[in-house]
This record gives sequence, C-alpha cells and structure tokens, in this order.
Amino acid sequence: MREKKQLITIKGTREGITLFIDEYCSFIEAMKELHNKIIASKPKDDEPIVSVKVKLGNRYLTEDQEKHLRKIINEKNRFTIISIESDVILKEDALKWKEESKINAVNQIVRSGQVLTVKGDLLLIGDVNPGGKVVSAGNIYIMGNLYGIAHAGVDGDRNAFIVASYMKPTQLRIADYLSRAPDYESDGVYMECGLIDEDEDKIIIDRLQVLSHKRKGLSRFERRVQNG
Amino acid sequence: MGEAIVITSGKGGVGKTTTSANIGTALALMDKKVCLIDTDIGLRNLDVIMGLENRIIYDIVDVIQGRCKLKQALIKDKRFDFLSLLPAAQTSDKTAVTTEGMRSIIAELKQEYDYIVIDCPAGIEQGFQNAIAGADRAIVVTTPEKSSVRDADRIIGLLEKEEMIESPRLIINRIRNHMVKTGDMIDIDDIVQLLSIDLIGIVIDDDEVIKASNKGEPIALNPNSKASIAYRNIARRILGETVPLQSLEDEKGVFQRVKKFFGIRS
Repeated sequence: MREKKQLITIKGTREGITLFIDEYCSFIEAMKELHNKIIASKPKDDEPIVSVKVKLGNRYLTEDQEKHLRKIINEKNRFTIISIESDVILKEDALKWKEESKINAVNQIVRSGQVLTVKGDLLLIGDVNPGGKVVSAGNIYIMGNLYGIAHAGVDGDRNAFIVASYMKPTQLRIADYLSRAPDYESDGVYMECGLIDEDEDKIIIDRLQVLSHKRKGLSRFERRVQNG
Repeated sequence: MGEAIVITSGKGGVGKTTTSANIGTALALMDKKVCLIDTDIGLRNLDVIMGLENRIIYDIVDVIQGRCKLKQALIKDKRFDFLSLLPAAQTSDKTAVTTEGMRSIIAELKQEYDYIVIDCPAGIEQGFQNAIAGADRAIVVTTPEKSSVRDADRIIGLLEKEEMIESPRLIINRIRNHMVKTGDMIDIDDIVQLLSIDLIGIVIDDDEVIKASNKGEPIALNPNSKASIAYRNIARRILGETVPLQSLEDEKGVFQRVKKFFGIRS
C-alpha cells in the first residue's frame, strides 16, 4: 500500500510549482523520493529557472534537514526555493515570536545614563530625559516627553517608527538610520511621529495622521505574523 | 531613632558641602540633635566651612579601621552642643571606606542623634556608594545649569534604584536674580518638570554665602541673608512643616508660578 502512495506531490501554479511533502512518512524516505523525482525529469536547455514553494504540513524540519532539502532541490540548478512553509514551530521559537510581537508597557522615567531595552514594541508611560535611551526591536510609543535617544527597529526593521506626546529628541534612530537634533535651539513638537521616508532616504518627523497610510499594517492585529 | 539624609549632586561645585553645613546648622537651630558626616575622603571641606578644622584629631577612616571609637572622632560644634561633625580623612583615599563600615557608623549615630546629614563627594563611584549606603532619604542639589541638571538626573536615577532610600528631593542652588529677570537662566519650572521629583527649596546665589564659608560660619546663622532664610526653610520642610517658597525678589512671575507648582505637588 505504502509503495503506491505518493510521498511527494507536485502542483503547478502561476508563480511556479508547489511541492507538498507527506507529513506522515519518514524524512529519509521523502528525500529519497524527491531526489528520484528531480533526477528523473531532465531539464531542457532553454528552460527558465522555476521557483518552488515547499509545503511541509505538520512536519518540523531541523536545521540539518532543511539544509539537506535545499541541497536536493537546488541540485540541478533548475529550481529556486522561495519559501519553506510548515504549520508547526518549536515552542522556543513561538515564545520568542510572542516576545517580539508583544507591546511591552513600562512605567518609569528613563533618566540620564539609563538605557531601557525591550524586544517587540515599547509603550513607555513616562519621560525619556536627556542622556537617557530607549531601544526596541519594534515601534516605540512614548506617553511623555522624549528628550533623549530613541532607537526603534534595532534589529533592522525599517518600518518601525517612534511616536511621542512631546518630541524634542537628542537623536532618533530607526534600524540603521540616524538623525540628530539641529544645532540651533528649537522647540519640540507635540503628538508627532518619526519614521523613515523612503523617497528622501532619511528619518522624518511628521503628524501622526501620516502613519495611517504610510504604515498600513499597524492596525492589523497580527501584522508580525505576515512579516514572519 | 534618628534619620540619615544624604546630600548629593553628581556634579562637583554645585554646593553640596555648603548645603550640608547649612541644613545641619539650621536643624540644630531648631533644637534638633544633628551629626554631620563628611564622606569626601581625601578632599575634606565640611570641617573648614564649619570652622572646626583645628579640632580634628581622629576621622572617619580611623573609626572604620578601628583606630578609635566613634565618640572620639566626633567633633562638637563650637556654637551648639547639639551639632557634631564626623570629619573625612585627608590622607587616605576612598577605598579606605566600605559601605558596611558606613552603615554601621550611621546605625550607631542614629541611636544618639535626630538627624544625620551626610555630605556626599562628587561623582558616582565608590565614594558616592559609600555616602548613600546608610541613608534613609536623599536631597539632590543642582544649579540652574544644563550640565548640573543632567548630572542630577543621573544621580536621581541611581538613587531610585536604592530600595532603602525614599524618593529624593530637590534643592535648586545658586539662582541668580538678574539672570532670572532677563530670562537667561533655565526656568525653575522646567528643571522641576524634567527631574520630576519634589522641590524642597531654592537658594539664591548670595555673596554672603561665600564670605560666611571663608569665615567658617555657616550662613544659616545669619538671619539677615536671603540664603540663610532659604536654608532655614529647607530645614523646616525636612521637619515636615509646609513653608511656601521664598520669593527671591519683588518681581513676581516666575516664582509665583513655582510656588503654585510646589503647592500642587506637595
């Protein structure tokens, strides 16, 4: 019976092909069959490279297994993997994911010399004084005065932004961008946000309203699930 | 059982020692038993400002290292029986004092005195840690200068981490009348708002303070000086009285606002 059952199912779509790997068989068997299937079909010379989506179902791949899978698919140089999707993840990853996507509410004054670092978004109820610093992997929301340094998207998320009730920062940093306060004495701004402007390629400070069309994903509940 | 108050600032030269001497004196004027402790090992000044330099035999390092008893090192003030000074050592360095040593000295002094006023050295290193080790509350001194306010902010951050110490209170020292008038000085409101701790007093920059320090007579003894009244008011607030902030000049405006602000906070 088992011999007849297909462990690997291939479906063609508009974007390329999708490989379904049976979730009940052993990994080694599946790889064997995949290997045979790929070898069996010889490519024509002028055939373009096909993009492949791999769907694993309820199968979890270790790092070594994933490497092995990639090696087999890339073997003949005809395919390029665009994604490997699995319905299951490790608990460890899930917790990390949760941590990275949650809003951390903190109630304190970040004073000179203090650094407040969070994974995920930061909701600070209190001020950031000059010389103080807040760092987050996601967005930063400050209900208070921002006088010090705020660094959003510290792991490289350029879509991250910084909002504050009152903003007169020493520096704003988003991902790998940096902007500093002007050298002349200036007034701060109330209820504005700092974000990276793609066209100008720098951090700009603008009214909160621009967020609704520049950062559309914000209101989506599980936006980080999509960002993955 | 007494209470230990540490006077600190982070930055040097903002008037910690002068403030310590005058708050101690003002408290003694109100019949409280007060002991001043100078913790600035190697750079002692408090004895000079109090005019007690010539009476020093033993110092705090001698006490901690067991060369004398605590009572032997205490110097009784020449003006009040109620006021004593535990001087810092001039020859040792800060490593000679430990936080445990400070705690046990303060615990012992608390049995005897109503208030123990600890003069903290500048900086945030070991000397600072020693000075705050046994304290129950803290007073942060700042001047209306950016750098001084920045350091005060840093110090408040460090003090807030100490569970033993209540939320620190603020003295703004050396306020200059003529600069307040022209608006060239940082606004007192702004300082209080930024540091967001309770203001316990403001002291104007008065030439008399320097004169008095040089004579070894704390200004708080002279009832005709505005700075003296300011220190006495601070002492009264330490005792729990509600005293309105001094208006520094006939001119109102800024200080009226401060008064209002203080009224709301306290």
